[in-house]
Amino acid sequence: MSELEYKVIVGLEIHVQLATRTKMFCSCGLGFGGEANTRVCPVCIGMPGVLPVMNKQAFEYSVLAALALNCNIPSFTKWDRKSYYYPDLPKNYQISQYDLPMSEHGYIEIPLEDGTTKKIRILRAHLEEDAGKNTHTFGNFSAIDLNRTGTPLLEIVTEPDLSSGAEVKALAVELQRIVRYLGVSHGDMQKGHMRFEPNINLEIIKEGKAYRTPITEVKNLNSFRALEGSVKYETVRQLDEFMETGVTFGMGNKRTFGWDDVNECTVLQREKEEAHDYRYFPDPDLVPVEMNDEWLAEIKGQLCELPIQKQQRFVDEYKLSEYDAAVLTGDRATAEFFDGAVKLGADAKRVCNILTQTGLKMANEKGCSAAELGVSVENLATLAKMVDAGDINANAATKIFEEMTASDKGPAVLAGKLNLVQKSDAGEIEGFVDEVLGANAEAVAEAKSGSKKSKKAMGFLMGQVMQKSKGQANPQVVSQLLNKKLGESE
Amino acid sequence: MLELSCRQLRDDIAAGRVKSVDAVEAVFAQIEKHEQTIGAFVSTFKDIALEKARSVDAKIAAGEKVGLLAGVPVAIKDNMCTSFGATTCASKILENFHAPYDAGVVEKLNAADAVIVGKCNMDEFAMGSSTENSGLKQTVNPWDNSKVPGGSSGGSAAAVAGRMCFASLGSDTGGSIRQPASFCGVVGLKPTYGRVSRYGLVAYGSSLDQIGPFGRDVGDAALMMNVIAGHDERDSTSVGADIAPVADCLVDLDKPVEGLKIAVVPQFNAGASDEVQAAITAALEAYKGMGAEIVEIEMPHIDYAIAAYYVIATAEASSNLARYDGVHYGHRTADPKDYFEVYSKSRAEAFGDEVKRRIMLGTYVLSSGYYDAYYLKALKVRNLIRGDFTAAFEKADCIMMPVSPTTAFGIGEKTDDPMQMYLADIYTIAANLAGVPGVSVPCGFDSGNMPIGLQIFTPAFTEDKLLRIARMYEKEHQWHTKVP
Ligand SMILES: [Zn+2]
Repeated sequence: MSELEYKVIVGLEIHVQLATRTKMFCSCGLGFGGEANTRVCPVCIGMPGVLPVMNKQAFEYSVLAALALNCNIPSFTKWDRKSYYYPDLPKNYQISQYDLPMSEHGYIEIPLEDGTTKKIRILRAHLEEDAGKNTHTFGNFSAIDLNRTGTPLLEIVTEPDLSSGAEVKALAVELQRIVRYLGVSHGDMQKGHMRFEPNINLEIIKEGKAYRTPITEVKNLNSFRALEGSVKYETVRQLDEFMETGVTFGMGNKRTFGWDDVNECTVLQREKEEAHDYRYFPDPDLVPVEMNDEWLAEIKGQLCELPIQKQQRFVDEYKLSEYDAAVLTGDRATAEFFDGAVKLGADAKRVCNILTQTGLKMANEKGCSAAELGVSVENLATLAKMVDAGDINANAATKIFEEMTASDKGPAVLAGKLNLVQKSDAGEIEGFVDEVLGANAEAVAEAKSGSKKSKKAMGFLMGQVMQKSKGQANPQVVSQLLNKKLGESE
Repeated sequence: MLELSCRQLRDDIAAGRVKSVDAVEAVFAQIEKHEQTIGAFVSTFKDIALEKARSVDAKIAAGEKVGLLAGVPVAIKDNMCTSFGATTCASKILENFHAPYDAGVVEKLNAADAVIVGKCNMDEFAMGSSTENSGLKQTVNPWDNSKVPGGSSGGSAAAVAGRMCFASLGSDTGGSIRQPASFCGVVGLKPTYGRVSRYGLVAYGSSLDQIGPFGRDVGDAALMMNVIAGHDERDSTSVGADIAPVADCLVDLDKPVEGLKIAVVPQFNAGASDEVQAAITAALEAYKGMGAEIVEIEMPHIDYAIAAYYVIATAEASSNLARYDGVHYGHRTADPKDYFEVYSKSRAEAFGDEVKRRIMLGTYVLSSGYYDAYYLKALKVRNLIRGDFTAAFEKADCIMMPVSPTTAFGIGEKTDDPMQMYLADIYTIAANLAGVPGVSVPCGFDSGNMPIGLQIFTPAFTEDKLLRIARMYEKEHQWHTKVP
């Protein structure tokens, strides 16, 4: 490849499908798949005479998301019609927002690989309705499914502040975490709940002079892999192209690409940006939305600690590793489950171990969050405390946690029932120790010898005592007693 | 029976003195006799109407409570969706379109136990002032069959004037109720924008369209208003009772407005024909005789109303009519080459010239580079015109002027000159831009025995007062009792 110095410049246009009960301007339910044209009504299929009515929940969800993205919420916003003819757009205009969006000028903080964070500026976020779907599986005819028509979409436009495929992916992951935390979107990439369109170009320094390559817009990416891949692929492609042709950024040479998932490359769709005239004008069927302080405060009340803040707090306050903090803050329910147990006085590291080693594994198998396994925060906290108090050992904690998911009994009861209560009573354990020492003279001698073999002999004696106690002896107590007895008899 | 008012007929039916079935039969006898000539209807529903009439009669016989229009045969303009019959907007593109739902006003008529006998002819998509732009048929003026009935709600006006229904609904975007009412010698009311639900009204200019009644007299218009007014949550632009409660237009109708102050715009009225001016002057004299005071005012921006209207209305229309593309419903061209031809040919084949003209004009004024110069400018003019009305209402209770510069003109007389046709709306358009209510009341006849209308405006959401003012005049004169 080249010796040229270059910088990758990426901005994103993101469509997030909101998790409202009904569509943006009618009362049809939202859904995925299903028989074509079954979730439709006269309004969303654009029958003559129908009128749109704004879904207040969709608007509030958008404001909530915009607040989480640190955007300004203007006190006045309106709806505009964006005109273009396409069969999946039954009115041949889309209700969207043009010059006065419901939010603008924010930023999203994304975690970088080196443990620091970076702020990516948000230009604007606005609300609009989705179109339907054309399918071409009927020979000479195309078929149109309008089930998706009118689904509320939050369109987020970032500034071109991203400088690598990894950053683009990090933003996507972070945004997914945010919308899921807020509950404003299911954020399911496979169902198209989040669709990304990166605008990519390079700044190349050649002989002390900076050149910008033409912008590539990659359409409709709905996996992290495709998103990251498209940026990486375009970086190489644009470098090669620049070296071959020297063509630089100019009016009208923005190109539209698609992503080929099989060959993992971008594919040219349209050579030149068409001069679209969408003839935007205010939709006379809808009234502008006026946001007052009271309403805004009400929506602000629904904000929660954002995932990246939670993650940082877990590192700072609870001394978790970056990795563990990221895992536990992956979804809000798990993060709050963990946080709740710690706030009840359990040791953070201990709760973290129980969750990462047992809870998350089970949750993954069951396809739910660790908080939804049926274990209460209180029981999780008690379980962690029991380990720390020496009442049970770590293995027993795993068994008890598993048992709790299917039982309404607390950890103490279950530990007893399962005979997992650790014996810390020195008297009882001393009996086992004496028995073992008496029956294993050779090992005792080796242990005392201070030679290479003494450590291994010590382990053997430990194991024998544990066996006699049926695994219930507190290993710390056993170890103390063994050391003491071996020392005494010297 | 055909000469009864809606109020009288309703009371007779509700009291069991008259059967709704007989009223419907009488109306259909009249339709059979005159419709061939007048051409007021796109479709009639004799079987459905009779069935409805029988059910209302049965309700009354059973002593059940009945609605404000119990058993009264009415008609609606064919741009209001009905779950029965077609809703064509007098356009070939919707000739076979059957809506799956009822418009808000149709629900209200049903709830009032009215009997819908038919859907009336109109200018295609309500674009026109003579009903000559109908893509389906010609309607003539019942007073002189060589003259137009006015438009765009020409069929609704002609049906009432021709006694083919007792009252009807039209829609008014730039005068489409008031002008045909004046041409046909009936009362026509354009309510305040937001007073009547537009849900189910096929849109032409969404920010201007408003449904309103035709009646043979002011009282019938008031009764119809009582039935159709009110908030509809399916129309975001319809106004709630918290902002403007719906007033009963009938209860105080006969109570004159004390100390009435009438504003007139002398330089503006001068554009009307001598005979129209004379009739308006006589009407004003009559009000003076009742103790009213005449205040001369200026409305400095009203001259720009037509220009602003044809920018705003066509801009909205170009977008509203984009959906008629042959893809989802309505006329589709045979054997299109590709999907682009589905659009272009379907639309080229089925839209009439005036509709195409307005779509092109509207598309142009919204285009990038022209938006500010036309659309945005027109919105500013609209605000200034609103201001003119506000200022006028600070000086007077109402404004009076002609409805139209002339009486009904001859069929074909203006069809070759759209500008002439547009200018005929000079007195009506400003009220749509300002959103205020306006009424046309018969105020005499010209030398050719064609009706003349007096137009009255009052502030937004004062239809009750507007109709009281109109009724003051109607009581003193009997123009409205004349039958073609
Ligand atoms: Zn719907």
